[in-house]
Amino acid sequence: MAAPRAFLHLASSIWKWGPRDIRGLSRTVAPEGSQRKGRALLQFLADHFYDVEALREYLFRKQVLKVHQKNRSFTHIKEQYGPYIAGAYFVLKQGGAVKFQGQEWMQSNGRGRFSLDFFKFQAVPVEAVDASGCAINYQGLDNLLALKELQSLSLQRCPHVDDWCLSRLHQLAGSLQELSLAGCPQVSERGLACLHHLQKLRRLDISDLPAVSNPGLTRILVEEMLPNCEVLGADWAQGLKLGPEEQS
Amino acid sequence: MKCVAFSPQLHPTDWDGKVSDIKKKIQSVLPGGAWNPLYDTSHLPPEHSDVVIVGGGVLGLSVAYWLKRLEKRRGAIQVLVVDRDYTYSQASTVLSVGGIRQQFSLPENIQLSLFSVDFLRNINEYLAVVDDPPLDLQFNPLGYLLLASEKGAAIMENNVKVQRQEGAKVCLMSPEQLRNKFPWINTEGVALASYGLENEGWFDPWCLLQGLRRKVQSMGVRFCHGEVTRFISSSDRMETASGEEVTLKRIHEVHVKMDRSLEYQPVECAIVINAAGAWSGQIAELAGIGKGPPGTLQGTKLPVEPRKRYVYLWHCPQGPGLETPFVTDTSGTYFRREGLGNNYLGGCSPTEEEEPDPGNLEVDHDFFQDKVWPHLAQRVPAFESLKVRSAWAGYYDYNTFDQNGVVGPHPLVVNMYFATGFSGHGLQQAPAVGRAVAEMVLEGHFQTINLNPFLFSRFYLGEKVEERNII
Repeated sequence: MAAPRAFLHLASSIWKWGPRDIRGLSRTVAPEGSQRKGRALLQFLADHFYDVEALREYLFRKQVLKVHQKNRSFTHIKEQYGPYIAGAYFVLKQGGAVKFQGQEWMQSNGRGRFSLDFFKFQAVPVEAVDASGCAINYQGLDNLLALKELQSLSLQRCPHVDDWCLSRLHQLAGSLQELSLAGCPQVSERGLACLHHLQKLRRLDISDLPAVSNPGLTRILVEEMLPNCEVLGADWAQGLKLGPEEQS
Repeated sequence: MKCVAFSPQLHPTDWDGKVSDIKKKIQSVLPGGAWNPLYDTSHLPPEHSDVVIVGGGVLGLSVAYWLKRLEKRRGAIQVLVVDRDYTYSQASTVLSVGGIRQQFSLPENIQLSLFSVDFLRNINEYLAVVDDPPLDLQFNPLGYLLLASEKGAAIMENNVKVQRQEGAKVCLMSPEQLRNKFPWINTEGVALASYGLENEGWFDPWCLLQGLRRKVQSMGVRFCHGEVTRFISSSDRMETASGEEVTLKRIHEVHVKMDRSLEYQPVECAIVINAAGAWSGQIAELAGIGKGPPGTLQGTKLPVEPRKRYVYLWHCPQGPGLETPFVTDTSGTYFRREGLGNNYLGGCSPTEEEEPDPGNLEVDHDFFQDKVWPHLAQRVPAFESLKVRSAWAGYYDYNTFDQNGVVGPHPLVVNMYFATGFSGHGLQQAPAVGRAVAEMVLEGHFQTINLNPFLFSRFYLGEKVEERNII
């Protein structure tokens, strides 16, 4: 948090407008392109009609509930077959791929179907999980954190994985050797700082993280924090400004 | 056939009162009167409001949010939030360092903090407004590291046991483990350390405040920029079961005075919530709390007063790296990392004798030189060479009785509810306290977290609920 003087300027400009426009200021982030007209119409309708506002709130809540439903915990499977099966089932249901120790990669086909014969591997630990693009969130991570012998985890392009989720990964510190977070839109350098617990990590992929403010500097700091780990990320020279004598 | 000349609700005896009201209105309309229909009154608060919340900081807005969220029917409760400073220049919320931890010794505090962190994690579901961008709280989930000397080690172990029972993820570390994990710490004098692994860290309080403000406005809460100067209340004398006489007061009107003018608006209200932070004591005095012989319930004041605390921002090029948690030293000095450029924020709570004058928010830089820096340099040798970049001061709404919050109604002024006095951990407990006060107002008792130990009556009964560590 910077020194608090900065907000005074902002607050006085908010106050000059009426109470309605407090929300207007936060809409300065305008979506580009042809979406803008459709958006503007929806905003107009929601501002002026309670029913439209209520309907849109309802639709938003439904979307949120859908993600929650996908991340529910399978307590029945966990009690009956053990944490490895429950974790594997969760990943396969989300559309990811899972690899048991000594077995091949298993993944659901395009239509979300997968065979259930991994249920016989109750005592076999899960070695690697590829959850790229899955809708895993903080709650759903419970299922993955129970896999105590997990060595490789890939969370590439997961839209709901954020800094809070990364703060939970310390539970896998005993076994995790490979982690990939490339392309996650909500992961920032604050979440990457919590990875210092994972002392066994050997490969970490933090490339293409849009929420990280300083990709080059972050990569250097993460490399300092995890000395035994190979960090794949932005080039450290990216974002550096040339000094006056270096500019040709 | 009877012809009803008046509307059926009017009882004949009401007519006299109505006549005098009509006469007063006619007099004000005539030239020289007070009513001027062309005068813009949009800055004045409404004339009636079910609930008036005095104080628009994070606690006041949290109460407003939960009142609107837990109301039985949409639009059932009219809420008005009154704050005298729309820039929040002296509000404790925005001047706070923004930390949140579960490492308390009281189970109630731990539960409050656990719910609040849950709220913050799902803030975009709680505070979602249609068409507005999601909030980015900038939460750093790096945990708190509390260091204890030989004397405090037993207390710390006990505290950690209570915290684990409530569900907080805290681990104990020996000096050896500390040195392995954080090589930049000098563990001399440290017997034990407790480290929060999850759900602890720091965030941007301004973002939370703006998010709450935006959401409660969309829920229909009215805001007023003004100062509360007077409460009009009525008293009732009643007898308790044992025959003692008690005077119960009920606040009927709140006078809100506009900024830089003598104009005021009386707001008729049913419930008043005192969330005025460091100035809650003054608001309580206005309501007549504490005006009575000392030692009685009428004479028990609200023991909340403003206390000034300094926060310093310094740069140290060789300082601890990215994994630095929020470190609290055995001496009470604390610091945390700020941003990626080797900047750190920190400070220390002064002892009772060194308390600075809370009249203004001027920063005393000598305090850093004399009281903060030596401890910092002793604990983290890299901090021997540092450069202070800036500093600011903020108020704690300090509860002089036991440094924990006051929540719930006053026993005598029956419709004033408190949500104040948290002495430096108000921000991290605000969402949960807001819900507790809303439950108290709507249901009459606490439903989710039992905050009965934090009621006002403990000041009269002398029952202190004290914490072991405060920062």
